[in-house]
Amino acid sequence: MTIAIICIASVGLVAAVVLAIADKYLSVKEDPRIGMVTAALPGANCGGCGFPGCDGYARALVAGTAPNGACAAGGEACAAAIAKILGVEATATEKRVALVKCCGTRSEAIRVGDYNGICDCNVAAATAGGDKGCTYGCLGYGACANVCPKGAISISDGLAKVDKRLCIGCGKCVTVCPKKLIELVPASATIHVLCNNPDKGPTVRKVCGVGCMGCHLCEKNSGGKEAGHFTFDGFLAKVNYANPPTDAQIVAKCPAKCMSEDPHFESGH
Amino acid sequence: MKTVKSPFKFSGGVHPDYNKELAREQPIERMPLPAELVISMSQHLGAPAKCLVKAGDFVKRGQVVGEKNGFISVCVRASASGKVKAVEKRLGPAGGKADAIILDTAAKPEGEQEPENGPILQPLDWKTASREDLLKRIEEAGICGMGGAGFPTSVKLNPPPGKRCEYLVLNGAECEPYLTADYRVMLEKAPRIRLGVEIMRKILGGPAVRIAIEANKPEAIKAMEAAFADIDGNVEIVVLPVLYPQGSEKHQIYATVGRIVPEPPALPIDVGCVVENVGTVAAIADAVELGEPLLERVTTVSGDAVATPKNILAPCGTKYSDLVAFCGGEKTPPAKVISGGTMMGFAVSTLEISTTKTTSGLLLLSPKRVTQYVSQACINCGRCVRACPMCLNAAEIAKAVESDDIKAAEDAHVMSCIECGACSFSCPAYRPITQFCRRAKNSIRARMAAEKAKAAAAAKK
Repeated sequence: MTIAIICIASVGLVAAVVLAIADKYLSVKEDPRIGMVTAALPGANCGGCGFPGCDGYARALVAGTAPNGACAAGGEACAAAIAKILGVEATATEKRVALVKCCGTRSEAIRVGDYNGICDCNVAAATAGGDKGCTYGCLGYGACANVCPKGAISISDGLAKVDKRLCIGCGKCVTVCPKKLIELVPASATIHVLCNNPDKGPTVRKVCGVGCMGCHLCEKNSGGKEAGHFTFDGFLAKVNYANPPTDAQIVAKCPAKCMSEDPHFESGH
Repeated sequence: MKTVKSPFKFSGGVHPDYNKELAREQPIERMPLPAELVISMSQHLGAPAKCLVKAGDFVKRGQVVGEKNGFISVCVRASASGKVKAVEKRLGPAGGKADAIILDTAAKPEGEQEPENGPILQPLDWKTASREDLLKRIEEAGICGMGGAGFPTSVKLNPPPGKRCEYLVLNGAECEPYLTADYRVMLEKAPRIRLGVEIMRKILGGPAVRIAIEANKPEAIKAMEAAFADIDGNVEIVVLPVLYPQGSEKHQIYATVGRIVPEPPALPIDVGCVVENVGTVAAIADAVELGEPLLERVTTVSGDAVATPKNILAPCGTKYSDLVAFCGGEKTPPAKVISGGTMMGFAVSTLEISTTKTTSGLLLLSPKRVTQYVSQACINCGRCVRACPMCLNAAEIAKAVESDDIKAAEDAHVMSCIECGACSFSCPAYRPITQFCRRAKNSIRARMAAEKAKAAAAAKK
């Protein structure tokens, strides 16, 4: 009995000494701020900042190699909290959300084929450009919805829709879309052009009932070219999000009906 | 010269309905010049050519309108004279959009005579011309592989230092159902093929020649035997067993010389082989001897929904609608239109697409020949595994891709997949297995390109 106690106690003592020495000489010195910054980040691990998850971004922030404010999901509050921990300036960021620039639903935009392959936009787009008549439009096979870490994108009537409240602006959908029709826009902007087809009016009309024809009426109604609310790419109007229009009147006056006042899908979750 | 039966049979393969009798007896017919041509800048594998003309320009037949843009690229020449109506992005048969020249072939510059139809390039005497001159000619004639992939021929015929071509394999298998374009070329242009072979032999430094033809084309074998009867050197006609995909480059090499091309990025030249389609060989002969660049090709228009199936010699850039009209239009409204063959071709949704240097066929199929199916869950029957000519476990790859596990697909050697379609063809659950493989390959390629770009950026830093 006594021998056993002495044996165990001495083994414990030796181990304690070894551990104490190891702790002193082999310890990994990690900046405590990394843990604090990681805790301040939203923890969505969405990758929207361009780093491998929140921890990766936190390390880069502490190392000083990343700008504070790259976290779209956390927004201003998160940037301010990090600024406090690190004692750096927070770069002003505005919350940005994804916008699907297409409103050609199954009833409005014609489908030219029956696609019964894999339900994925990238695969469908590689098969004769997809089954939609408009080769710039949303195919609706949900590649964006599949990569969304927040489940903010849903497909209804052959069209992807983003729930503005859930979107954290990570930009994964922007990268995956084969038609490149998703854009990150300021969450405060309310007026959008929901079309991605730069072709001439008659060509667009042949394939879609709600395609932008490039008539410039939105520009005219919002104060002309000088006001600078819109830019044009071929025959496609684009909202200048640095200076977005605010007059809801122009939406109603759009002859193509491709403009919308806050198109974001708000219910269903 | 002798004719032998292929001693090597690859594992796997399928037997689709060949349906070649529809167009096989139709001689090659030159089609009248269509009023409008749409000449794509992306008719070959690799970087699209750089467009050199703009709307309003007049171009002459054979003029270079697209400049070679990179190492793996070829130039594009105008298939006809006319006025450029516009230069815009147009949909290609495979789904991608590329710059294309819309050419009005009726418009002529004012006060100018009909352009003479003389040779476009200076004819070369292949016996006296140097190897470099011949290669340069093939490059400036805009020749790329006409079998389907469209690999630039001048690159293929110029092996990198340290690699030697021991075998030149002529691909006359044409294992795709319906297509008879190569068959007709072998029957009607046998002397051109022979000349092309002699030119290529000179360029490649005298390799042995193997002419591969499937056993179901006895006339083509006879025509080749007659054309090559008095040729000297090591030339053999290899009669292949009838099996799809016998026309695949890798399987052809195995069937003729018994060598196995390793996994990508290995190329046939790594095992000392160069494979060329018979149409390409005839085009090489034309480019060298007649100075005629690759401006037109034979395309089979077939299927049970077309009035008279034909083998048409049409300028590159002819719209599918013009091809169909030349065949007397549609017999019944087609349920499916396929650019290429039924196994590897692409279904298209419009006839407003135009032909390229690689368009071997256009098929219009009636509802009778087209099944609408709903894909179901894999039943683990293993038929795709048995059918796969690359010995891949197609079922596992499909399941991996279905659950977005691209890494697992890569570990299952999906990059070796030749997208022949044998797996989808044999699947009783109608699973789009080839499409799954294609998807995996595309994402792996995209990832590799991103990694390469990242490495290049890091190296710059």
